[in-house]
Amino acid sequence: MSNVLVFIEISSTGKISNTAPALLAAAAKLGTPVAVVATAPGAGAGLTDELGALGAARIYVGESDAVGTLLVSPQLEALSAAAAALEPAAVLVSNSVDGREVAARLAVRTRGGLIADAVDVRSDDGKIIATHSAFGGAYTVESTVEAGLPILTIRQGAIEDQASPAAPEVTTVSLAVDAHNSAVIDEVNDPVVDSERPELRGAAKVVSGGRGLGSKEKFVLVEQLADALGAAVGASRAAVDAGYVPQTSQVGQTGVTVSPQLYVALGISGAIQHRAGMQTAKTIVAINKDADAPIFDVADFGIVGDVFTVVPQLIDAIEARAN
Amino acid sequence: MKIVVLVKQVPDTEWERKLEPATGLLDRLTGENVADEINERALEVALRYKDSHKGTEVVVLSMGPASTTKALRKALSMGADSAVHILDDALAGADVGWTAEVLAAALKDSSFDLVIAGNESTDGRGGVVPAMVAEHLGLPFLGSLNSAEISEQSVSGERRGEVGTLTAHASLPAVVSVTERSAEARFANFKGIMMAKRKPLATVSLRDLGVDPAALAGTGRSVVMTASQRPARTAGKKIIDEGNAGIELAEFLVAGRLI
Repeated sequence: MSNVLVFIEISSTGKISNTAPALLAAAAKLGTPVAVVATAPGAGAGLTDELGALGAARIYVGESDAVGTLLVSPQLEALSAAAAALEPAAVLVSNSVDGREVAARLAVRTRGGLIADAVDVRSDDGKIIATHSAFGGAYTVESTVEAGLPILTIRQGAIEDQASPAAPEVTTVSLAVDAHNSAVIDEVNDPVVDSERPELRGAAKVVSGGRGLGSKEKFVLVEQLADALGAAVGASRAAVDAGYVPQTSQVGQTGVTVSPQLYVALGISGAIQHRAGMQTAKTIVAINKDADAPIFDVADFGIVGDVFTVVPQLIDAIEARAN
Repeated sequence: MKIVVLVKQVPDTEWERKLEPATGLLDRLTGENVADEINERALEVALRYKDSHKGTEVVVLSMGPASTTKALRKALSMGADSAVHILDDALAGADVGWTAEVLAAALKDSSFDLVIAGNESTDGRGGVVPAMVAEHLGLPFLGSLNSAEISEQSVSGERRGEVGTLTAHASLPAVVSVTERSAEARFANFKGIMMAKRKPLATVSLRDLGVDPAALAGTGRSVVMTASQRPARTAGKKIIDEGNAGIELAEFLVAGRLI
């Protein structure tokens, strides 16, 4: 089987990104999954067991002192070197901020064909075919690459499979990174991640709050319901703009796109741009004071009412049931 | 300082957006076509620098069908000095790779210091073209900036990440992309709209750029195979809270095995 390269993102603290399992699973459907990482010299060895458990048949480690100081360039060099050495049938990258840039630059270098934001991928008679969810899920689109190496960015949280564990063989190379053509990292400000609550992307349940919550303090209500349901916390752009929550929580056209089993919209009017980020949810619940709020047009269960009376009652009912 | 801002005409997100079922290409006849909001923010970043640094030249560049002129005129009315429109029938169905290659060809000899783009368009949402342009030009790329500070020698700012942010810089010339947190775009005033009519808007073809359409075809391109519309969502049960709605909602969630 032909090699399929998977770009594995490593956090500033050395952790393998949570997008890795889905990418390796997608690669296993297309060929032999090869995990490609860029690390500081000597730091790659600690990743072998975890990547093997996630299904990497082979690990290609590019080492460079520039990891952590030059923006994206060491990662690009690692993937370029692997693409040159391993004659891959395809390259899979997360549709993340870093991943998109690596994929974009690699596509130019290899004169490959770039497919962005796929939600699924399959091989049909040797041809790589990607599925997309376009215009907020209004369309399902299939695409392929006419010529050249197919390079795909995969939407985070879209693929839930996991590949069978493997015992990977490891190749380590030293990378030459040209600092001249690279942006330089000055400081990393990653917050301490709240591990208790599921991450928004790929969450099975999401509770989102909007401007209707009224203040940052009162937005806690959204978190309380999320915790009662075991859900991730999201928000409308209006709530983010008002400073209730960080931008990483934004659901919608210009934020995160979610497709959970359950989406609960609290105090969100449901502008078309918000609906574009959540309307493929299996079940949608909306609570809003305004009976004419457009969110009710897509809600399976809508309540015209005050979130500050309905939600506490709901939380009590959930807790009573749990006991 | 010469700043080039990349502009894309997209269907207005306030309307239903459509794809042509046969080709999977964008239906440009339904709804309103506008300059993407994120491009107006990119332009605002450039114009703020121009406001405080006289002698700065701001050029807007777009590739697209004839109707793209409207988006470029809007940018000129906001304060850009001139516009370049790449228009060529051979570009119908161009993917991100072709688009980046053509934009890079137009930028190559334009002696710019900085290219500013939006981080992703509202229609395709690919978010890859600016980085591809940078790679074609062999320049640093600083993407997804929540803020951008421009100086004579460099550009720096806060870059959005998946979990947090980081600060970074690049020496000029460089290509950057900005997020919707970067700058609130100004409105074009009447004077600006009148002045825009007299500002230069050049239309260039692939031949003018020295790009051979046959050579483009040798680059890997992504193509749409099928496009199908999903049935629209319909409203379900809607109740008015009479003091018991929280309990009713809990029952609904239990019935759906969601709690």
